[in-house]
Amino acid sequence: MLEIKNLHANVNGKEILKGIDLSVKAGEVYAIMGPNGSGKSTLSSVLVGNPAFEVTQGEVTFNGKNLLELEPEDRSREGIFLSFQYPVEIPGVSMVNFMRAALNEHRKYKGLEPVSATDFLKLMREKRAIVELDNKLASRSVNEGFSGGEKKRNEIFQMAMLEPKLAILDETDSGLDIDALRIVANGVNQLRTPENAAIVITHYQRLLDYIKPDVVHVLYKGRIVKTAGPELALELEEKGYDWIKKEMGDE
Amino acid sequence: MSEMKAEQQYIDLFTKYEGLVCRHSAAVMNAPRAEALADFERLGFPTVKSEDYKYTDVAQAFAPDYGVNINRLAIPVNPYDVFRCDVPNLSTSLYFVINDTFYGKMMPKAHLPEGVYAGGLKTFAEKYPEVAACYYGKAAKSSHDGIIALNIMLAQDGFVLYVPEGVAVDHPIQLINIFRSDVDTMANRRILVIMEPRSEAKLLICDHSIDDVKFLSTQVVEIFAGAGSYFDYYDLEESSISTSRFASVHVKQEASSNVLVNGITLNNGLTRNNYYVELNGEYAETTLCGMSVMDREQQVDTYSHITHAVPNCTSNELFKNVLDDQAVGVFSGRILVKEDAQKTAAYQTNRNLCATREARIYSKPQLEIYADDVKCSHGMTTGQLDENALFYMRSRGIPLNEARMMLSVAFTADVIDYVRMDALKDRLHKLVEKRFRGELARCADCRICK
Repeated sequence: MLEIKNLHANVNGKEILKGIDLSVKAGEVYAIMGPNGSGKSTLSSVLVGNPAFEVTQGEVTFNGKNLLELEPEDRSREGIFLSFQYPVEIPGVSMVNFMRAALNEHRKYKGLEPVSATDFLKLMREKRAIVELDNKLASRSVNEGFSGGEKKRNEIFQMAMLEPKLAILDETDSGLDIDALRIVANGVNQLRTPENAAIVITHYQRLLDYIKPDVVHVLYKGRIVKTAGPELALELEEKGYDWIKKEMGDE
Repeated sequence: MSEMKAEQQYIDLFTKYEGLVCRHSAAVMNAPRAEALADFERLGFPTVKSEDYKYTDVAQAFAPDYGVNINRLAIPVNPYDVFRCDVPNLSTSLYFVINDTFYGKMMPKAHLPEGVYAGGLKTFAEKYPEVAACYYGKAAKSSHDGIIALNIMLAQDGFVLYVPEGVAVDHPIQLINIFRSDVDTMANRRILVIMEPRSEAKLLICDHSIDDVKFLSTQVVEIFAGAGSYFDYYDLEESSISTSRFASVHVKQEASSNVLVNGITLNNGLTRNNYYVELNGEYAETTLCGMSVMDREQQVDTYSHITHAVPNCTSNELFKNVLDDQAVGVFSGRILVKEDAQKTAAYQTNRNLCATREARIYSKPQLEIYADDVKCSHGMTTGQLDENALFYMRSRGIPLNEARMMLSVAFTADVIDYVRMDALKDRLHKLVEKRFRGELARCADCRICK
């Protein structure tokens, strides 16, 4: 589904990603772990086309298409979704208008007619239930005045609405209490199918108790330095990242 | 006097045709003309050297030779045939002013309560000279500035809304100002609103320019809000790039009256909107708001002056501008709280969005407070669309242009939310969206050009 080869990227002229190779297959969940500043969020930003990041080398294909040539909106319509670490508040734009605009753009891309008002509201209701998002929040401005947990649930709600092929969850667990974490993780699990895939970016094992990864990658200093099964996450939880730093020759 | 060049043609015109001007008007409107001429000769047009007109060159706008329809020749147009306003089906009480003549041929099927007058100013002043004389020219005086003086010199007709004591007009009244001419034309428009105590009404005015020639208007609006009256004034300009408009709205409010003035510019050339609000009776409330969407070299210059003359009054002021290309916006907001006006609450906000580096906004709040027990605030911001919000929206599949449009619409939404008529509010939200999409074609609803 997604093939990343020798990806290098800069932010503000500083190289953060220094040659990433990664392959994502349909039906699988990938965890990307690593210490602060290792490049995890940069990788997710580059994949969705954030203009603040500059790709200097390498290639990324998504279902055969050159992803790096696509505008952010086209990447979304092709089926890539990022659950933001810091969801953005948009005063004056209601969740309803925002979601309807997004959904209809996705439909247009597929050659479908805009969704009818009744079908849209029904869909909203259905998907809201997945993350137990209150109707009141859905009728407010996008993320405005939402608590941290509500913002993250709102991200997964949008994911449910847009049904992406590849979901990237960027520290979706940060700032969540244990109940909110369970709701978010349940939501993600309900959305799993053999046709889609997820990349879960996290510092901690705790989210991976709920969302079981098939593969765990460790990102360090802009490279993937270790790849193993779910047991690697447990080992990191227990030992921290120091032994990896040591292995890499850093103290 | 070379400095009075722009003024001279109007002085000559009036001196030569004073007889005709008066013959086609009413005695109440003729009475103050001589004094207006003297004031105009003395004051001239405000110049860019004066602080309040720094960014709008009035003399330059008035310098070209515009035709003035002093003889009141009928304009060959039936507004019902050629024109459908962008705010249709809002009211059965629909009125037209063509250039500066009230269109009286086909009266609307009005469901107005007894005693209410909505119609031509000339007719009203002839039928009810005592009432007209009590109000006409009493809020906007020719000594105030040269543009008002010129308007009083030349205005021959206009529109009047009179609502007697205790009467509520449920349906909104709509007046459509149409500029229609084959040659460059100037119109001197008047609107007089008399709200007697405890009366209620809503008036929507739409300005349109149908032809491509140059248009110039002076518009003087006088609103008298009696004690306990409730009045909404919506002013929607959708004219053309070759239209210059100099409007002056004067509101006088008595005790416990509630007035809303909302001025929206969606298409124009050069617009100067002056708002003067006097809160003369205790517990009077005023909401003064407006917005503009500008591009190319459009300019909207808003000047407001709210006077809190007595205690316990409230004023809320909000103006927003969205500027693209080389557009220029000006906001000057003066609030005067007089010494006795204790317990005044006065809030002023001006927010602007500049889409390009070439767009310019000049904003100047001026609060003059002589009372010590008041709540007053003002705030001004100018900026660009939020890049993070734009990217967030794109990452959900919404294209950049659409995201920009949605954020721009959101930016102006609160000005429209002040509208106290749901049908008009919905319609305005859609119009603003169309404006941002560039779909607000001037001729969309005009059958002449098709």
